[in-house]
Formats: sequence, structure tokens, C-alpha cells
Amino acid sequence: MPNNQLDPNNWITLYADYLFNYTIVRVKDRETAQDLVQETFFAGLKSMANFKGEASERTWLISILKRKIIDYYRKINSKKGQAEVRINYNADAESEGDWLEERVADGYDKNAEDQIQNEELGLAIEECIDKLPEKQAKIFKMKTILGYDTETICNDLNITASNLWVIIHRARTALSGCLEQNWF
Amino acid sequence: MSTKFKFFISCEEAKHICDKSQYGEASFWEKVKLNVRLSWCRITRAYSSNNNKLTKLVKKSNIDSIEQNKKDEMQRRLQEEMSKY
Repeated sequence: MPNNQLDPNNWITLYADYLFNYTIVRVKDRETAQDLVQETFFAGLKSMANFKGEASERTWLISILKRKIIDYYRKINSKKGQAEVRINYNADAESEGDWLEERVADGYDKNAEDQIQNEELGLAIEECIDKLPEKQAKIFKMKTILGYDTETICNDLNITASNLWVIIHRARTALSGCLEQNWF
Repeated sequence: MSTKFKFFISCEEAKHICDKSQYGEASFWEKVKLNVRLSWCRITRAYSSNNNKLTKLVKKSNIDSIEQNKKDEMQRRLQEEMSKY
């Protein structure tokens, strides 16, 4: 039987982004998602004694996170004033008075199935990134996902531009290989 | 060779330009050189197609990441919390 161990010291490096991506598709707000991830780690610390070692660390943390997300929705729905019925076509004042027709979903737009697929894709990519060496993962994320300038990253991490491109190249090659196996 | 007007590039250089172009950082001239190479080199073409696929997938997935300074902050708070146990 596998006996997994918990090591909270590595939680942020290993799982923060994975949990964050899991959360962001469910709460749609970066700040809230970050808070929920942080709370999950705290809750994980608190109930470390209950960890039986049967699941992997990440699976275990995800199960805590799921509860946190449910709690979050319970909390915002129990607030006073939720019962009040407001008829608003849309939230922002700018387009007030626009007719409903304009708000009808575009047939070519994303549907639920697409969204589920995209979420799975996101997590698959995240898993592949997690398999990269730490430095490659970090730089790839900064460059590709956060969209930082080459210069900013170089200054931040004290590397040269050609250094950065070599790392990016390795990361991209490894990632395409990994996704080829796990996604297609 | 380096003084010569360089029109044909190595496979390595082509890959490098291809990487750069994924982030919109390849110059026009570089793209021309890349395309010339793409027209005859199968290895570059395979790499380039995989590379484009990766960019599209990452974009499509809407994958997000927590900024490093925020992560450091989270790490600090977690460490604080850990010391209580």
C-alpha cells in the first residue's frame, strides 16, 4: 500500500498553481481564488493528523479545497439582501437600457462542454509543468502564463536573455512531449 | 561566414526564432529566415508545428498562475502557521 507523506514546506511550490487553476474556474475571481488556496493550506496543516497516506498529497489537498469552495458559496449566498429580487439585464451601468436581444448567447460561443474540456486541459498542462525542473517551470510560467517581458524576468532572476531562451526552449520541448502523451 | 549575408540559418537558430515568435518577439527579418528554413527542413517544421500547438493549447486552457511575490507571501504565512503546531 502506498504510504504518502505530507510536507507542508513544499506545498506552495508544488501545488499552489494547480489548486489555483482548479479554483479560478469555479469562483472567477483571482483574489478569492488565492484566498481559498491559502485557506486550504491552513486547513491542511490543521488536519495533518487525519491524513492516512492513502491518497497523494495533491488529491488530499484538492478534497479540502472542494469543501472550501462549497463553504465560500454558502457564505456569499447567506448574506442578507440576497433574497431581494433585482431585475437587471446586466450589471454594469454603462449598457443600461440595452435590450435583451443583445445579450442572447452567441451560438458559436463556448458551451459548457468546451468549458469542462478547457478546465481539464488547464489541469493537464499544469501537471506537465509540474514535471519540469523547478527553474524551467518558474520561468515558463512567468513568460507564458503571466506574460512578463524577457527583460523583467532576466532582471528578476539575474540571468541573461540567451539563458532565458535556452530554458524556455527546453521547457517547451518537454511540455509538447508531455502533452502529446497525456492530452492527444 | 559570419560576415556573409546570412540567409540560411541553422536548425538551432530556426528553433530559437520559432520560440521567440511564440511570444511575438521575433523581428520581421528573423521570420523571413525562419520561413525559408521551414520550406525545406522537416525537423524545423515538426518543431514549429508542435510549438504552435503548445501556444494554442496554453491560450485555450486559460491557465493562470499566482504571481511570485504573492506566492512568497503565502509561503511566509504558511510558515507562520506551521510554527504554531
